[in-house]
Amino acid sequence: MASAREVRLRIRSVKNIAQVTRALQTISASRVRKAQEAVLRTRPYASKAWQILQHLSYVPEGENLHPLLAARPTVGRVLVVLISSDRGLAGAYNSNVIRFSLEKFRNSTQPVSYVAVGSKGRDVLHRLGKDIRAEFTRLPAEPEFMDISSIGLIAIDEFRSRAVGQVHLVYTDFINLLRQQPTSKQLLPLEIGLTEARVQAFEDRPGSPPASYIYEPAQEALIEHILVRFTQLQLYQAVLESLASEHAARMVAMQNATENALDLSAGLTLEYNKARQLAITNDMLDIAGGAEALTKAT
Amino acid sequence: MSIRCEIVTQDRKLYDGPADMIVAPGTEGLMGILPNHAPLLSTLDFGVLTVRYQGEEQLFTVSGGVIEVLPDAVTVLADSGEHVAEIDEQRAESARRRAQELLAKVPPPDTDEYLAIQASLRRSNLRLSAARKHRGQSLPRGRPPESRN
Repeated sequence: MASAREVRLRIRSVKNIAQVTRALQTISASRVRKAQEAVLRTRPYASKAWQILQHLSYVPEGENLHPLLAARPTVGRVLVVLISSDRGLAGAYNSNVIRFSLEKFRNSTQPVSYVAVGSKGRDVLHRLGKDIRAEFTRLPAEPEFMDISSIGLIAIDEFRSRAVGQVHLVYTDFINLLRQQPTSKQLLPLEIGLTEARVQAFEDRPGSPPASYIYEPAQEALIEHILVRFTQLQLYQAVLESLASEHAARMVAMQNATENALDLSAGLTLEYNKARQLAITNDMLDIAGGAEALTKAT
Repeated sequence: MSIRCEIVTQDRKLYDGPADMIVAPGTEGLMGILPNHAPLLSTLDFGVLTVRYQGEEQLFTVSGGVIEVLPDAVTVLADSGEHVAEIDEQRAESARRRAQELLAKVPPPDTDEYLAIQASLRRSNLRLSAARKHRGQSLPRGRPPESRN
């Protein structure tokens, strides 16, 4: 059995660990909330931009308005924007989203290229020898739209230059503190199919869709403007969702770690007390034995 | 009849409410929008956007974006913007001075840095003029406006 001193040292280090993990847990808890609020703040713009795009697609020839909307007969190369985190200690967060993206495109008949957001995802893709077109690491803790917009521009450039025929987004959807779901969606070409639900949402609006707009300047430039921003915004939302998920995952992982550390320290305290008692008993036995020996000798 | 006016940026909603008239800085010129305007889509320039409702005027700065006009609704998707009351005039003033000083040092034109300073100067000027317009208007009537530097 370890000596009382050794056990005491271990207790101290375990308690230190508990302190660190608890601090990480608290920080993550507040960051989850902040990221969630940031997502909510992007909703008005997103829904408004979507509405305008839908109004536009009511116009005759609405589907072929813009190259970013047009699906291509042959897809060619596929670009995947994979959003992971820069830091670990977040439970299975990174491995889940990375595994999800690898599995989703494993059987893809088209060649796949990647844009890695977050160094954890980049490291894995690099190790597997995947084609990485660009990487974005060390994003700020509370990214603003401007920090993310360049990622969108790269995706748009690759798509427009016909280097890739489709752009997909793989990120982690924040459902609640205990559940985060790796998700993918197609970023480009943007599909404004007038599915029934969307038509419904549209018709709820008072006033009928205009037959035609006055465009100032030309229609092309306007649609371009909206589409580019809408694409960037989708990316921004995905980054924020992923960030909320990362912090939620870290919070839960750190909560478990804190609990484990406290359990461990309780067990060690018991062991320490036993060791201490044993030492006392041994001392007493020594003294008693010594006294016995002395009385016998006289 | 009033128009429903919404102004949003990528990270927040600036305004949502009724308006009698909206004056927006379109790229092809300043536009005044009254109810029952023909459907229109336009890009926005860098400038001040005014929302007038029952004699009250609210000013916003916007730096680019898109405006959608329908007979009963106006939607502004601004690239960035703020309500004039959020502008810190002193900060804007010192930012303007700083930008001017930097420009006076004649950095190489056409570099990113030069363009960034120019953009910052434009932004500060816009903020200042919006803030001053706002202040001038919010002064009680019948009293001369305070001296402006």
